[in-house]
Amino acid sequence: MVHKKAGALAVMAALLMSTSAMAQDKRVVTWNADYDPIPLAAAEALIADFEAANPEIDVQLTNFDHEAYKNAIRNFLTADPPDLANWYAANRMRPFVEAGLFADISDVWANNGLMESLASSVPSSTIDGKQYAIPYTYYQWGIYYNRDAYAAAGVEVPGPEGVNWETFLANCEKFKAASIDCVTTGSSALWPVAGIFDYVSLRTNGYQFHSDLAAGKISWTSPEARAVFENLGKLQPFVTENHAAIDWQDAAAIFVQGKAANYVMGNFAVGVFKEGGMTNDNLGFMVFPEITPGIARAEEAPTDTIHLTSGAKNPDDAKAFLAYMASPEAQTKWNAAVGQLPTNKNATVDPADPFLTAGFQALSTATGGIAQFWDRDADAEYAKAGMEGFQRFLVQPEALEEILAQLEATRTRLFPQ
Amino acid sequence: MFPRPIQQSGKGVQWLYTFALPVALVIWLFPLLGVALTSLRPASDLAQGNYFGMPSGIAWENYVYIFTETPIGQYMVNSLWVTIPTVIGAVTLSLMTGFALAVYGFRGNILVFFMFVAGNFVPFQILMVPVRDMTLQLGMYDTWYGLALFHIAFQTGFCTLFMRNFIKALPFELIEAARVEGVAEWRIFWFIVLPLMRPAIAALSVLVFTFIWNDFFWATVLTQGVDSQPITAGLSSLNGQWIAQWHLVSAGSILAALPPVAMFFLMQKHFIAGLTLGAVK
Amino acid sequence: MSQAADAGAVVPARRTSKRWNQRTLAPWLFLAPGLFMFTVYVLWPIVQSITLSFYDWNGLYNADGDFTGTFVGARNYAELMTDPAFETSLWNNLKWLVLYMAALPIGLFIAIFLNQTVRGIRLYKSLFFFPFVISQVVVGLIFAWFYAPNFGLFYLLTETITGKGTAILANPDLVTYGIIAAGLWPQIAYVVILYLTGLNNVAPDQIEAARLDGAKGWRMLWYVVLPQLRPATFIAVIVTVIGALRSFDLVSIMTSGGPFGSSRVLSYYMYEMALGEFGFRMGYGAAIAVVLFAIMMIFISGFIWKMWRDETER
Repeated sequence: MVHKKAGALAVMAALLMSTSAMAQDKRVVTWNADYDPIPLAAAEALIADFEAANPEIDVQLTNFDHEAYKNAIRNFLTADPPDLANWYAANRMRPFVEAGLFADISDVWANNGLMESLASSVPSSTIDGKQYAIPYTYYQWGIYYNRDAYAAAGVEVPGPEGVNWETFLANCEKFKAASIDCVTTGSSALWPVAGIFDYVSLRTNGYQFHSDLAAGKISWTSPEARAVFENLGKLQPFVTENHAAIDWQDAAAIFVQGKAANYVMGNFAVGVFKEGGMTNDNLGFMVFPEITPGIARAEEAPTDTIHLTSGAKNPDDAKAFLAYMASPEAQTKWNAAVGQLPTNKNATVDPADPFLTAGFQALSTATGGIAQFWDRDADAEYAKAGMEGFQRFLVQPEALEEILAQLEATRTRLFPQ
Repeated sequence: MFPRPIQQSGKGVQWLYTFALPVALVIWLFPLLGVALTSLRPASDLAQGNYFGMPSGIAWENYVYIFTETPIGQYMVNSLWVTIPTVIGAVTLSLMTGFALAVYGFRGNILVFFMFVAGNFVPFQILMVPVRDMTLQLGMYDTWYGLALFHIAFQTGFCTLFMRNFIKALPFELIEAARVEGVAEWRIFWFIVLPLMRPAIAALSVLVFTFIWNDFFWATVLTQGVDSQPITAGLSSLNGQWIAQWHLVSAGSILAALPPVAMFFLMQKHFIAGLTLGAVK
Repeated sequence: MSQAADAGAVVPARRTSKRWNQRTLAPWLFLAPGLFMFTVYVLWPIVQSITLSFYDWNGLYNADGDFTGTFVGARNYAELMTDPAFETSLWNNLKWLVLYMAALPIGLFIAIFLNQTVRGIRLYKSLFFFPFVISQVVVGLIFAWFYAPNFGLFYLLTETITGKGTAILANPDLVTYGIIAAGLWPQIAYVVILYLTGLNNVAPDQIEAARLDGAKGWRMLWYVVLPQLRPATFIAVIVTVIGALRSFDLVSIMTSGGPFGSSRVLSYYMYEMALGEFGFRMGYGAAIAVVLFAIMMIFISGFIWKMWRDETER
C-alpha cells in the first residue's frame, strides 16, 4: 500500500472502509522513501509482490520529495521513526549510526548469505564490523560521448573499453580545433566535478589511494596527490568554460547539441540525454581512460540503501522485507524498471539496454574496487571542502598551491594526527 | 519645491523631460520586462536559441502548464495561509502593545519599547536553529501555522514601533477627557483609540502582507514540502527542476510577484505611508 | 463612544484608587500577548543560540530524544579565526555594506528626477517603486537569467563590447559584485520612496528664500535640501545596512555561495553550516550567527541611541 505524505486522508478513509476487515489482522511495516515517479512505481510493484507472498504483512510506503527528504530524515528518525528508511551507504549513514538511529542488521546479512551475494557492497554497508544497510541498487559512472561530435571533429569513435590517456588528450586537442568542448560538466552544485576528480585520482593512483584520501589519511601536498592535480590540469583547458555557473542539466544540453563531445557522468543522465533527443545510435559509453599503466581499474558506483531504524515498531517483519530487497528476484525487477544495476551478483540486467550492459560489464570487471563517490566516501564537511577545491582548480588552475594548502589545513583540523 | 518645477523651464527642457521619463523607466525595468516577455515565449523559441528576437507566438500555455503540471497553485494558496493569519495576528498584537507603550508612562516603558525595536533588526540567523528546533518539538514543523506563529512574533517588533508612534501622535486630550469621565482603560482602547487607527492598520496590513509573502528564509527553514511551502520556497525548488526552461521560470516568477504588486497598486497610499514612517518629522 | 461616556459619568469619583490600580495593570495586560510571543520567538532564541555556539551538535537527538551535543568551550570561535570560508564571508559582507550605500545617492538622484508634477507622474513613480515590492527570490531569478552564460543579456552585451562574454556568476572575482548589483535594484527603489516623501516635505519657503539668495543646483541641494532630508537619509541608511547584512535570499538563489564559496556572506554561510546538505554543524553555525549578531548590534545600538535622544528631547 502506498500513500502520499498528506492530502491522503480521504483516500485513507476509503481504503480503511473497503479493506478494514482484511487490514485488521495485518502486521504493518512502515517505510519512508524519496523516490521519483519511476522508482516509486517500481517500489510499489515490489511491495505488491512481497505482500502477495506474505499476506499477513502490510508494507506502507510514505514517499517524500528527493531534496526535502535529506532534511526530513533528520527529524522523523527521532520524532516519528518508520520501520524502514531510505538512505545512502558509507560515510553518509555514519551520523545516523553513531547517534543510534539506524539499527544493526548484521543478522539479516548473516541469515541470508548476503556477505557472499552482496560481496561488493560489504565495505560500504559496514561500520565497526556491523552491517547497517541493505544495498539494493547502484549505477556506474564513466564517460558518455556524442558520436556526432566525434564525427564533426573527425575523431575516431572509441569503443566501450575506452582509449588511453594520451589518445584522449590528443583527441581533446582536435575537439578544441573544431570549437567543441572535449569534456563538459555543470558544476554549480559542486558534485559533478567530484566525478572527474575521482576518476583522475583512481586512474592515477588506484582505489586504495582514493579511499585513504577520502578518509583523510593522505596529505594533499604529497607527491601522489600532486600527481592527481597534474593530470587534472592536463584536462582543465578542455573543460567547458563557465561550468561553475551552470547545472549538470545545462551541460547536458550542450552535450546533446554536439557542442561538447564527452561528459563524465553517472548512468542516471542517460534519461536526460535521450529526452534531449539522443538515441543509442549517437550516444556512447566508455570507461574513463587509463592513466598510470598497470593500475587495477576501479570504478565509481554510488549505492542506494534501505535501513532499519532503531525506533522501528515492527522490526521482525521489517527485516523480512529487507531480506526480500536483498534478493536477486527483487533486485532484478526493481533495477530493470529503473534502469540501474542490481548489487546482488545473482541478479540479472536487461541485455537490450547497451548502457546497463556496458555498466554491468565495467563494474564486474573492475578488479581495482568500487568507489562510492567522493561525497559519500568522505565525511560531509571534508567532502564539501574537497569539492570546492576541485571546482576552484578547474576554474583557476594557477591557484594550485593555495588550494592544496587550504585542503591540507582542513584535513589536519578534521583528522588530527 | 526642489528641484525647480519643470514647467518653469524652457520648452526644450520640458520636451526633453517628457521624453526622458519613459526611456528611464524602460531602462530601470529592463530585467523585469525581459522576464515578462520570456514568460510568454514558446518553448520552441528558446530551444532554437531565439531568446530576444521576435517571438514566434504568444505562449499563454506556459502559464497553463505551470498551473496544471506543477503545484504552483498550491504554493500560492500556502502563501495565503501563512500571510493572512500573520497580518491579522501581528496587527492585533501590536495594536495592544503599541497602545500600552504610547499611553502609559510606566516604569520600563522605554526599555520594553527599545527591546521591540532592537529585536526587529536582529539577523534571522541568530534565531534560526532554536526556532526551528522549537517548531519541531511542538510538532509544527512544515505546517502553515508553525511558520505563521513565528512571523507574527517577529513582525510584532516592527508593528509595535509603528503603532506606538502613531498613537503617540494622536491628540492625547481625547484619552485624558475619557479618563476624567471614568471610562475603563479597555474601553478607551476599544472605543476611542481603535477607531482612529484605521489608516495605521491599513498601512501595516499592506506592508506586512508584502513582507511575509516575499519571505524566503523562514519558508526554507520551517517548511519543506508541497503541502505547506509558500510560493517563494516553492519557486526556488521548481527552479531546481526547470533547469534551462527559462520560459517556465519566468512565468513562475511573474506569478509569484503578482499578489504583492497588486496589493501595492491598490493600496499605494497606505503602503508608502507605512514605509516612510519616520522619514519625515 | 457616547455609551462609554455615559457609563463613566454615572460612576462616582471615589473609584479613583481602583482606576489607579487599573492604570498600573492595564499596560501589562495589553503588553502580555505581544511580549510573550516576542520573548518566546525572538529574545529567548538569541540566548539559546549564544549558548549553542559553545557546543558541538549535529542537530540530532538520539532515539530517546536526548540532546547529543557536547560542550566545546570557545573552540567554535577559535575555528572561525582560521576558517578561510569565514574570512571570505566577512570580506563579502563588507563589500555588501560599502557598495549598498550606493543606493543612497542613486536613489536620491532618481527621486529628484521624479519629483515633478507632470501628467502621469504618479504612475511613473509607482512603476519605479516596482522592484521593491517584488520578492528577492524573483529578483534573484531575474538577474540569474540576465547574467546567464551564452544567452543572458549581460553576457551578450559584454560579448558585443569586448568580443568575449563574461559569465559573472562563474567568475570568482566578479560574482559578489554581480549579486550586489541585483540587490541594489530593489534597494534603490526603497530609497527612492523614502526620498520622494522627504522631498515632498521640504519647506518651500526655505527653498524660495535660498533661491532669492541665488543658490541653485548643487549648492542648493547640499546646503538647503539635504539638511532637511536628514530624517529620510537616516532611515535610508538603517534599512540599507539591514538589507546589506540580510543578504541571504539572493546569494542562495543565484549562486548558493559559489563558485567554490566565493560569493558567501555570513548569513548564507551560517545557513550552509547549520542546515546545508554537508552541514548540520549547529554549534558552529550558531557561532557564525553570533558574530553576525554582534556586527548588527553596532548598528542597532546606534539606532537606539538616536531614538533615545529623540525621545528624551521631546
